[in-house]
Amino acid sequence: MFGLRSFFIEFGAYLLLMKEAFRKPQNMHIFKRQILHEMDALGVKSIPIVVIISLFVGAAVVIQMILNLDSPIYPSWIYGFASRKSIVLEFAPTVVSLILAGKCASMIASEIGSQRISEQIDAMEVMGVNTANYLILPKVIACLVFFPLLIILSIFIGLIGGGLGGALNGLSTFHYIEGIRMDFAVYDIVYAIVKTAVNAIVISSIASFRGYTMKGGSVEVGIQSTRAVVQSSVIIMLLNLLMTNLFF
Amino acid sequence: MVELVNISKSFEGKKILKDVNIKFVQGECNLIIGLSGSGKTVLMKTLVGLYLPEQGDVLYGGRALNKMTASEQIDIRKYIGMVFQAGALFDSMTIEENVMYPLRMFQRSTYQKMLERVNFSLERVNLKGVNKMMPSELSGGMKKRVAIARAIAAKPKYLFCDEPNSGLDPQTSILIDELIYDITREYNITTIINTHDMNSVVEIGDNIYYLHEGELWWQGNKENIFHSDNKELNDFVFCTSLTKKIKEQSENK
Repeated sequence: MFGLRSFFIEFGAYLLLMKEAFRKPQNMHIFKRQILHEMDALGVKSIPIVVIISLFVGAAVVIQMILNLDSPIYPSWIYGFASRKSIVLEFAPTVVSLILAGKCASMIASEIGSQRISEQIDAMEVMGVNTANYLILPKVIACLVFFPLLIILSIFIGLIGGGLGGALNGLSTFHYIEGIRMDFAVYDIVYAIVKTAVNAIVISSIASFRGYTMKGGSVEVGIQSTRAVVQSSVIIMLLNLLMTNLFF
Repeated sequence: MVELVNISKSFEGKKILKDVNIKFVQGECNLIIGLSGSGKTVLMKTLVGLYLPEQGDVLYGGRALNKMTASEQIDIRKYIGMVFQAGALFDSMTIEENVMYPLRMFQRSTYQKMLERVNFSLERVNLKGVNKMMPSELSGGMKKRVAIARAIAAKPKYLFCDEPNSGLDPQTSILIDELIYDITREYNITTIINTHDMNSVVEIGDNIYYLHEGELWWQGNKENIFHSDNKELNDFVFCTSLTKKIKEQSENK
C-alpha cells in the first residue's frame, strides 16, 4: 500500500516537472546552443558504442540463424530475411535503446544531480531561470532527434555485421542481400523509429527527473544514476511489449 | 527594501523558523548570525524564494515575493545577486561564461558590451586574466570572488551571501568582507550575509540579527553586540578566547 502511494507521489512529481520543462524557453539563442551541445554529448559521443555493438550483434544473429536453421527445406535467403526482421524490429530499437539507457541515463542523472547538490541549480533559480526547462528540455529534444538516427545507423551496421558473420560461415553474400531485400516493408522501419522516439523520451525524462529531484551528497548521485538506468530500462521493456502488441 | 513579515517554515513537522520579522537596511551590510542549525540558511533560501514560507511574507519594495506570478518573480530576481557557500559556479563553463551567464540569459545587449561588463566585474573583485580559466583551476578564495563578480554583473539591488568566508583563511576572509562592504556602499545595495565568522561581525556588521533555534533572538550592530546582556548571544559571541579578550579590553576602556 505504501509502495503504491509513493509510486503515485513520484509519478505526480514527474508529471509536474515535465510540465515545467515543456514550456517556452526564456532565451531561444541559448536554448538552440544547448540542444546542439546535448546532441554532441548524448548523440554523437554514443556513435562508437552503437557501431561496435551493432556490428558484433548483427554478426552473431546471422551466425545463430545459420546454425539453428540448418535444413535443406529452408531457402537460402531465409537467413538474411530473418536477420533483417530481428535487427530492424527488436535489436536496433530495443536493445540499442537499453544500451543508450545505460550510457545516457546515467550521464544525464549524474550531471543534473551534481548540479543540484553543488547548488548550481539554486544559483540559476535565484537569477530567475526556469531550470527545469533550461536543463531538461534540450536533453529530451536532443535524444528525440538523435536516437532515431542512431537506430538507423545501428540497423545499417547490424546488417553489415550480419553479412560479415554470414560470409565467415559460408553464406553467400548474394543470398544474404536477397534475403534482406525480400518482402521489405517500410512500416518496419517506421515502427522502429517510433519505438526509438518513445524510448528516447523515457530515457531522457526519467534520468532528468532522478537528477533534478536528487537530495543529499555524492553517494546519492550514484544511487540515483543507477535508479535512472534501472527504471528507464524496465519501462523500455514494458513499452516494447505494449507497442509490439499494439502495432502488429 | 527587503522585509520579512511573520515568517515561519517547517520541515517534516519540525519548525525551523518561528515568526521571524526583520527589516533589512538598504546600503548597509545586514548580518544574520547564529549557531549551526539555527535556521540561517533556511532563512536565506526563504528570502530569495528557493523555499516558500508556510506563514508570512517576504517583501521586496513592499510586494510579497511569495505571492507574485512567475513573470513578476523573474522581474524581481533580475535585481538579486547571490553568493553561495561553495560558490556554485557552473563547472562546465569558463569564468567569463559564468559571469556573463545572467547577462546573456536576460539582457538584450551586444557581446562586446556584455564582455565589458564581465571584465569590469572581474576587475572589481581584483581578478584579471582568468576569463578563459575553468572554475576547477581556481583556489577557494578566487572562486568566491568570481561568485561575487557574477552576483554584481547584472547590477543587483539586493546581494545575498551565504557564509562567504567559510573554508577560507583569515586573510582571504578579510579581503572578501572588505569587498562585500565596499560594493554595498558603492552601489547602495541591500546586502544580507549569513555568517558565524565573528571577524565579519566586528568588521562589517552594520546591522546584526542573531537567530536562536529559528527565532530572532537579538538585533543590533557591531558597536553594541559586545555589551548585550542576552545570555544566548553572549554564549555564541564570546565562545573563543579572542572574542573574550576583545570583551575584556572593551570593558576596561
